[in-house]
Amino acid sequence: MAKINSLEELRKLRDQAKESMTARSGEAKVRIRASMGTVGIAGGAREVLKAIIDELEKRNFHEVEIIEGGSMGLDKEEPVIVVERDGFQTTYGKVQPEMARQIVAQHVINGQIISEWVIARNKQ
Amino acid sequence: MKIYRIHALICAGGQCISAGGDSFESSLKKELQATDLTEEIQIVETGCMGSCEMGPMMVVYPEGIVYVHLKPEDAEIITKEHFLKGRPVERLMWRKEEGTFPRLEEVPFFAHQTKLVLRNCGLINPENIEEYIARDGYQGLAKAIAGNDPKLVIEEIKKSGLRGRGGAGFPTGRKWEAAYLQNNDIKYVVCNADEGDPGAYMDRSVLEGDPHTVIEGMAIAGYAIGAQKGYVYVRAEYPLAIKRLTHAIKQAKQSGVLGQNILGSDFSFDLEIRVGAGAFVCGEETALLNSIEGNRGEPKKKPPFPAEKGLFNKPTVINNVETFANVPVIMTKGADFFQTIGVPNNPGTKVFSLAGKVTTTGLIEVPLGISLRKIIFDIGGGIPNNKQFKGALTGGPSGGVIPASQIDTPIDYESLASLGSMMGSGGLIVMDEDSCMVDIAKFFLKFTVEESCGKCTPCREGTRQMLAILEKITSGQGKEGDLEHLEELGKIIKQTSLCNLGQSAPNPVLSTLRWFRNEYESHIRDKKCVCNVCNMTSPVKEAKKNVRQKIAH
Repeated sequence: MAKINSLEELRKLRDQAKESMTARSGEAKVRIRASMGTVGIAGGAREVLKAIIDELEKRNFHEVEIIEGGSMGLDKEEPVIVVERDGFQTTYGKVQPEMARQIVAQHVINGQIISEWVIARNKQ
Repeated sequence: MKIYRIHALICAGGQCISAGGDSFESSLKKELQATDLTEEIQIVETGCMGSCEMGPMMVVYPEGIVYVHLKPEDAEIITKEHFLKGRPVERLMWRKEEGTFPRLEEVPFFAHQTKLVLRNCGLINPENIEEYIARDGYQGLAKAIAGNDPKLVIEEIKKSGLRGRGGAGFPTGRKWEAAYLQNNDIKYVVCNADEGDPGAYMDRSVLEGDPHTVIEGMAIAGYAIGAQKGYVYVRAEYPLAIKRLTHAIKQAKQSGVLGQNILGSDFSFDLEIRVGAGAFVCGEETALLNSIEGNRGEPKKKPPFPAEKGLFNKPTVINNVETFANVPVIMTKGADFFQTIGVPNNPGTKVFSLAGKVTTTGLIEVPLGISLRKIIFDIGGGIPNNKQFKGALTGGPSGGVIPASQIDTPIDYESLASLGSMMGSGGLIVMDEDSCMVDIAKFFLKFTVEESCGKCTPCREGTRQMLAILEKITSGQGKEGDLEHLEELGKIIKQTSLCNLGQSAPNPVLSTLRWFRNEYESHIRDKKCVCNVCNMTSPVKEAKKNVRQKIAH
């Protein structure tokens, strides 16, 4: 590890390190819920989840909590993911890994909903 | 930077490891590999989370789910159900009575605590300095150096009202000021981590769970008094604490927050570890300094105090682990913040290791001034098996018993002293109706007799005489006058012993005599131990009985 030579460098390091611990603080800006029931997994939810994490990492976005949940019963639409941001719960259906990457880039990070894939939207 | 969707914090405190936490961890790692989850789930080894009764423990974020009593074979189901499918395994989770599952901070054991000293324990990886920095680590040191005036640091500590957490409660700021005012080029900072009270492990947990906070506190002290060198005196029985502290010192030096020109300033401060050799008396500050110097661990007469003539006859600040752990909090958040916690004249918190006859034992941190009732019943969950609470012993072998009638006394330095006990380093042993007070007093006196260094007569001989009387009483050979004799001896030992070990050794006997005199009396007059703990058959009586039986045959 490099030497910290000033107060500013220490502060910078703190802010960086803080981000990697967001998951433990409960202060995340966005929450992504992935439906990981048997149907979801059979429909490819694992790959979707991996794609989400990979994309977040590439874009260096840390203010997010990823929570797995059981199936919500919408088997027809699996894999389903829900993005909670700005007070709204947005549910996407039939998500494929490539779609997941776009959802991360547009919705999770920038708040732009991709409406053609949305199957439900409610206030939190 | 790497993103993990799940942070699995496994308690790697001493207790959880010895309960099998490490074999759970290795089987969890295997499971994660088998299910290809290693890239998504981060396993973090943390310091003690405090609820040692429930160990081995794991907390899973972001949900904050608490798993308890984990066994290696549980790793498979947690991985497959929770980590893979998002279904927490309820049968392994911490359960409230109504069958609901609280988040970590909602568990009653944690909900009533205020964590300053243990703010990072159980939340960060103690072997990773970046996680400490993420939690505002070394900001206090940076602030101290940026202030460019050691007097400001001392003023802040004085204003905070922080008092020594080793037990005596001497104001830390005044100690530092005394060392600062000494005109000497060489000064030292020493951390007393020779924690020896039976059943007390607060300092161990801080060193194991958050070693950097001690390093930072010591460096701030070094800056304040003008010292360039510090020693941490750890007892040899704490191998994990020594390992983590050694690692932390190395990391701190590499990162430039310890060693030459800290954070690019003119201030340099270096730390070394000294390992004790198992003598309880070395927890006494002058004996500890003797031991660091390579001499026999025997106390010296005070004054001169260490602040004037301490280690190698140089001005020395010596504080306890917990005291140093408070310092970074005061420096970052300010003395005013610190004053808002606790009660006037006793600001801040105290860490206790809660042990004995209480439902949830473990390590707790509470604001000073809290009542004993709150600690035992709200945090500890009460006395198990519907038994009655009888008393609690604070201060270990130097302390005394607080009887059930005083359960609402606030826990602060003065109140405990007025009850004939003391704050001590933080051991808190709860006793129920089945605990014999004479036996307890004997246990602790036996401990001090064995640990007396033998330098002064009152402690060496006097405690031995007291123990002999107690042994007679607990074996049915007590006689009238014994109690008065015990009290007289106790008073003399307190007044004439050289160091704190002797001065406080009679406390357990004197305080149980004060609050539970009737128990002593029934041992002596009725030859009866009401709790059925002491073996009251005397060897003489046994012999007589045997002879009678032989004659009868």
